[in-house]
Amino acid sequence: MTDSLMMVLPEEILSIGSIVLMLIAAWGGQASTRMISWVAVAVLAGAMIALLGPASSGGVAFDGLFRADGFAAFSKVLIYGATAVSILLAPRFFKQTSGDDLRPEYPVLLLLSACGMGMMVSAGDLLVLYVGLELQSLAAYVLASFMRRDTRSAEAGLKYFVLGALASGILLYGISLVYGFSGSTLFPQIANAYAGIAPGTHNFGLMFGLVFVFAGLAFKMSAVPFHMWTPDVYEGAPTPVTAFFASAPKVAAVGLAVRVAVEAMGPAVDQWRQIVIFASLASIIFGAVAAIGQTNVKRLLAYSSINNVGFLLVGLAAGTQAGVAAVLFYLTVYVVMTLGSFLVVLQMRDADGQPVETLASLSGMSRTRPGLALAMAIFMFSLAGIPPLLGFNAKLAVFNAAMAAGLYPLAVVGFVASVIGAYYYLRVVKVMYFDEPIGDGFPKSGDIVEGGLITVAAVFVSPVGWLVLAPLGLATMAAAGSLF
Amino acid sequence: MIQAFAFYLFAIIVIASAVLTITARNPVHAVLWLILAFFNAAGLMVLVGAEFIAMLLVIVYVGAVAVLFLFVVMMLNIDFAELRAGFVRYALIGLAFAVALAAEIMIAFGAWSAGTIELGRRAAPTPDAVPNIEALGLLLYSRYLFVFEGAGLVLLVAMIGAIVLTHRERSGVRPQNISRQVKRRPQDATRNTRPTVGQGIEL
Repeated sequence: MTDSLMMVLPEEILSIGSIVLMLIAAWGGQASTRMISWVAVAVLAGAMIALLGPASSGGVAFDGLFRADGFAAFSKVLIYGATAVSILLAPRFFKQTSGDDLRPEYPVLLLLSACGMGMMVSAGDLLVLYVGLELQSLAAYVLASFMRRDTRSAEAGLKYFVLGALASGILLYGISLVYGFSGSTLFPQIANAYAGIAPGTHNFGLMFGLVFVFAGLAFKMSAVPFHMWTPDVYEGAPTPVTAFFASAPKVAAVGLAVRVAVEAMGPAVDQWRQIVIFASLASIIFGAVAAIGQTNVKRLLAYSSINNVGFLLVGLAAGTQAGVAAVLFYLTVYVVMTLGSFLVVLQMRDADGQPVETLASLSGMSRTRPGLALAMAIFMFSLAGIPPLLGFNAKLAVFNAAMAAGLYPLAVVGFVASVIGAYYYLRVVKVMYFDEPIGDGFPKSGDIVEGGLITVAAVFVSPVGWLVLAPLGLATMAAAGSLF
Repeated sequence: MIQAFAFYLFAIIVIASAVLTITARNPVHAVLWLILAFFNAAGLMVLVGAEFIAMLLVIVYVGAVAVLFLFVVMMLNIDFAELRAGFVRYALIGLAFAVALAAEIMIAFGAWSAGTIELGRRAAPTPDAVPNIEALGLLLYSRYLFVFEGAGLVLLVAMIGAIVLTHRERSGVRPQNISRQVKRRPQDATRNTRPTVGQGIEL
C-alpha cells in the first residue's frame, strides 16, 4: 500500500494542496487570490518534482488501477506546465476585463482539474479513466462560465456542460459494454478479451463497446465529428480559460486515447485504426476549411486546435512505438505554440483596456507592436508547419510514423490538407504585416511574466528549439516505450 | 410462505402507488405517492437480498431526491392542469413508446435466457457468506480505494463549482455585526442637545 501511495504522490500533492488552498481562500477571501495563485503554481511545481520518484518508474499501483510509467510522467509534465501557465496569465485578464479581481477558486479548480488529468493519463482501469475524466471535465465546465456577468461565458459553460454530459453518457455506455463482454475493467484483461476473439468471428458487444468508447474520447479531444462544441466554448470562455482548454486537457485526452488504444484495445488495432483514421482526416480537413471564414481570433484558434488533433491522430493511427513518440513530441510543440498564441491574444486590448478578439484588430501590428507581431508570426508559421520552425518537425514526425506503419494514403491526404490549413495561419501574418494599422495599436501591458512567457514560447518553437530536438526525441521514445 | 406474502404486498403497493403518482390531481400528493413507491421498492430489494440498493433507495431517493421534488413542486408555480392538457394528444405516441420498451425488455430477457449473449465473468462476484453491504465496503476501501477517493474529489469540485457559480456578495444588505454592536458606547449613540423654544432641532 505504501508503494502505491508513493506512486500517486503527484496526485496526492495536488489534491491536498487544492483542499488546503480552498480553506485559506475561505478565510482569506478575495484578497488572498494573488498569494493562492502563486502557491498553486508552487504546488504544480512540487507535483512535477514528485514525478522524479516512483511516480515515473514505479510501474503499477493499486492492483493495476493506476500506472506510474514514463508515458504518464511525460504527459503529466506537459499538463502541469500548461496548467501553471494558465494560472499565471489569469489575474491581469480578469482585473482589466470585469473590473473584479480574480476569485481564488480559479487556481483551486485548475489544480483539481490537473489532478483529474493526471489520473486520466495514468489510468490502468476503466473506472480510473472515467473518474479522472469527470474530475477534469467538471472543473472545466465551471471554469468556462467563470465570468458570471458575461452572457457569452455563461452560454459557453452551459453548452460545454450539456454536450460534455452527453459525451460522458456515450463513453459510459461503451465502458459498460466493454466490461460486460470482457468481464474486467482492467486494461490488460480487456486486451486479453479482444485478443481472444477468434479470427473470422465477431464479438458485437466488444466491438460496439470499442466504438462508443472512441466516440466519447473523440468528443473530449474535440475531433471531428464530435467537435461542434469547440468553437463556441473557446469563443465564450474567458481567454485564460480558453488557453487552458486548448492545452492541458488536450494533452490529457490524447494521452488517454493513446493508452486505451494501445493498452486496452491493442489487439483490436485493425478495428480502431479505421475510426482513428476517419476522425483524423475529417479533423484535419474540416479544421482547415472551416477556419477560413473566421473573423474572431479565438474561434480561429479553436478550429486550429481541431486541425491539430487531426495531426495527433495520424500518429496514433500508426499504432507503433514511433507513432506514440511522435504524438508526444507533437503534443509538446503544440502546447507551446498554442499557449504562446493565446498569450498574444491576451495582449489584444483597445485603448480602454477591454479585450478585442477580431482578426481585423491585428491590422498593422508589425508597426505598432513589432515584437508582439514577430512572436505571433512565429507561432502562426509554426502552427502552419513551415520549416525551420518546430511545428514542421512535429508534423514530419507524425507523418513519418504513419508512413513507417504503411499508411501511405493517410499521410498523403493529411499532407495535402495541411496546405489548406496553412492558408488561414498565413492570413493572420498577412493582416499583421501588410494591412494598414487601425488606431494606435494595443497598449503595452508591461507585465513581465506574460512578456517573458511569450518570449520563451517563441524561442522554443524558433530554430533555436532544434537544440532540444535530440533530448526531446529520446525522452518521447523512452516514454512511448513504456506502453509497448 | 412469508416471503411470497411480503413480495405480493410490496409489489401491489408499488404498482398501486405508481399509478396514483401519475393520476393524483394534487402534485404534492403525487410526490407523497412516489415516496411510498420508493419505500416499497426498497422492501422488494431487501427480499431479493440487495440490502445496499434498498438502503440507497431510502437514503438517496426518499431522503434527498423526493424531498427535493417536494420543494420544487411547492416553490414553483406550475400549472399542472395545463401540463396535463396534452394528455390525449400525446397518448398515442406515449403508448407506442410503452410498447417499444416492453418489446425491448422481452427480447433482451429472451436473448439472455437463451444464452446467446456471451457475457464476461464478473470482476468481483459477491461472496456467499458476506452480506452485500459489507462486501461492497470491503471492495471500496481496499481494491477501489483510489477510485473512491477520486469520486470524493469529483464531489468536492461539484460543490465548489455550485458555490462559485451561484454565490454572490450582495451589496446593500445589512448583516448584524455583533462585535460592533457590543463595542458601541452610549456616548457614540446619543447626543444631548438643548433646543430653545420654537427653534426645533437640526439633525
